Amino acid sequence: MIFDYFLLSLKSIRKRRLRAWLTIIGIFIGIAAVVSLISLGQGLQVAINQQFEQLGKDKIVIQPITLGPPGSVTSKSLILTLKDLKFIENINGVEWGIGYLVKSDQIQFKDEKKVEFIIGMNPNDLEINLELQGTKIIEGRSLKNGDKFKVVVGYNHGVDGKIWNRGIKIGDYIEIEGNKFKVVGKFDKTSNPLEDGYIFVPKDTLKEVLNIQDEESEIVIKVAPGYDVAAVADTIKEKLRRFRGEKEKQETFQVSTSEQILESFNNIFGIVQTVLAGIAAISLLVGGIGIMNTMYTSVLERTRDIGIMKSIGARNSDILIIFLIESGFLGMIGGAIGIGIGYIIGKGVEYAAVNYLGTTLLRAVFPWYLILGSLAFSFFVGSGAGLLPAIRASKLKPVDALRYE
Amino acid sequence: MEKKKVIEIKDVWKIYQIDLVEYAALRGANLDVYKGEFLAIMGASGSGKSTILNNVGALDVPTKGQVLLEGIDIATLDESDLAQVRGRKIGFVFQAFNLITSLNALENVMLPMTFQGISRREKIERATRLLNLVGLGDRLNNLPGELSGGERQRVAIARALSNDPEVILADEPTGNLDSKTGKEIIELLKKLQKEQGKTLIMVTHDLNIAKQADRIAQLSDGKVIKISNKI
Repeated sequence: MIFDYFLLSLKSIRKRRLRAWLTIIGIFIGIAAVVSLISLGQGLQVAINQQFEQLGKDKIVIQPITLGPPGSVTSKSLILTLKDLKFIENINGVEWGIGYLVKSDQIQFKDEKKVEFIIGMNPNDLEINLELQGTKIIEGRSLKNGDKFKVVVGYNHGVDGKIWNRGIKIGDYIEIEGNKFKVVGKFDKTSNPLEDGYIFVPKDTLKEVLNIQDEESEIVIKVAPGYDVAAVADTIKEKLRRFRGEKEKQETFQVSTSEQILESFNNIFGIVQTVLAGIAAISLLVGGIGIMNTMYTSVLERTRDIGIMKSIGARNSDILIIFLIESGFLGMIGGAIGIGIGYIIGKGVEYAAVNYLGTTLLRAVFPWYLILGSLAFSFFVGSGAGLLPAIRASKLKPVDALRYE
Repeated sequence: MEKKKVIEIKDVWKIYQIDLVEYAALRGANLDVYKGEFLAIMGASGSGKSTILNNVGALDVPTKGQVLLEGIDIATLDESDLAQVRGRKIGFVFQAFNLITSLNALENVMLPMTFQGISRREKIERATRLLNLVGLGDRLNNLPGELSGGERQRVAIARALSNDPEVILADEPTGNLDSKTGKEIIELLKKLQKEQGKTLIMVTHDLNIAKQADRIAQLSDGKVIKISNKI
């Protein structure tokens, strides 16, 4: 019987094709927005989670508290030093620790000058870093002990037109603060275009060139197997505080486990997605009102039909169901089209991100619950908006409805 | 032999409120209808012909008095039961045909069965048989807009028969048709009354049609003033 009512609704929609389409547009704009935004948000979240997976859950990052991005100027008393690194390395539960410098400075290659991030790292540590970033050397070699004035460059430096008009080749020289550095290796593409612009220099050489005495921009440690990551992080925080002679709650450094960082990322994503969903909900509300308007008009237009149906045995509930299916169906068609368009938008943004921004972070994922949820939701928006008109239709008196011209 | 009463109308009043004015369309009407007969209802416009038909057909309930359909007072039924009565016991044929314009002939005839929850297969089978019966076996898939007035009324008659009702109520069924087509429709209704034993109640102002009925009820000012047997 429901199937018959469905056919009945379909026929009535087909008869009023233009208006049905206009109503459907109101819904699919909203659904397309929801689907594309959520799919991209989800994709970003998945990608970032994967990055942290690569980093591993057993890593702890110690940074000075700065007000800017890594590499910005930090007052002398706040910086982390080699002494701090050595101290941390000796804390129980720490397997190894690496410290590195992150600086941004002007780099000259041939006649061009660009400001880029320069990472100062001990050659041995660079191997570990490669693993953490999930990349590898694609040309030349990595840094090795004893290297001075040698650099390994990120992927984008080697591509024509990305950073430099003509990409850097192995054996080329670049200049930092007037010192020539020989390029010995190139990294493969990572998922983060920012990292693809890094330049890796032996830490000691970078200190010399930039006239830095003793500084670590960031310390990453690996927790030894069998130790609780959070507990080790707490120990580091407490011991380092005493070591540096700082008061509790006034530390000039922060200790975060990779899980904490991930959690804060996920929190931010949660908020962003809620806001997006809210915006989308408003557009769906507008679409729903459109359906309601259409259905009221439809009830008016079909008053006579309602009278006829009642005269041949339709109960109020039959009329109610017929109108609810019709409005729900309008909503669901809108939802289906919206999902299709949202899919195209999501994939389009992904394509643009890969090809023009060079990042694989912005991927559109379409989990089944997003698809089914949007479809069900649009059906309910449709039938919800149709409820009042349908009740009105069902309550019409048969004699009055038949007399309606 | 006592003839069985299908419908008993006992002192029925129907009062409409139009704005602040009360208007009594029926003022104590009395009428019995016997099983299997052809009853014509005549009267001037405003005499209450259609109102009495609507009350018999459970489209409306009387303000006062009783309408007994096979002994059941329709005023005691709720909305859903009234719909059941309309769907199962009564078949309506209207002056303006009243087909659903977005459905084709077959679907229009199937619709009353849909409300009775009959299976799709049986609906198609029955509707096809009925449309053949009224001579429209070749127009099953035409929309009402593609049919002539007479054909539309035949579809409406087939629809009225779809749940095999006891009573067929026809409200000026030839009013929108030319005289030749009108005659054919009356013949068809009479044939159904005779061959299938349906009770046929027809409102008309055409004396030539009324003369063909077994009995004629004359209405005036909301009352039955005269019942005459076949002339």
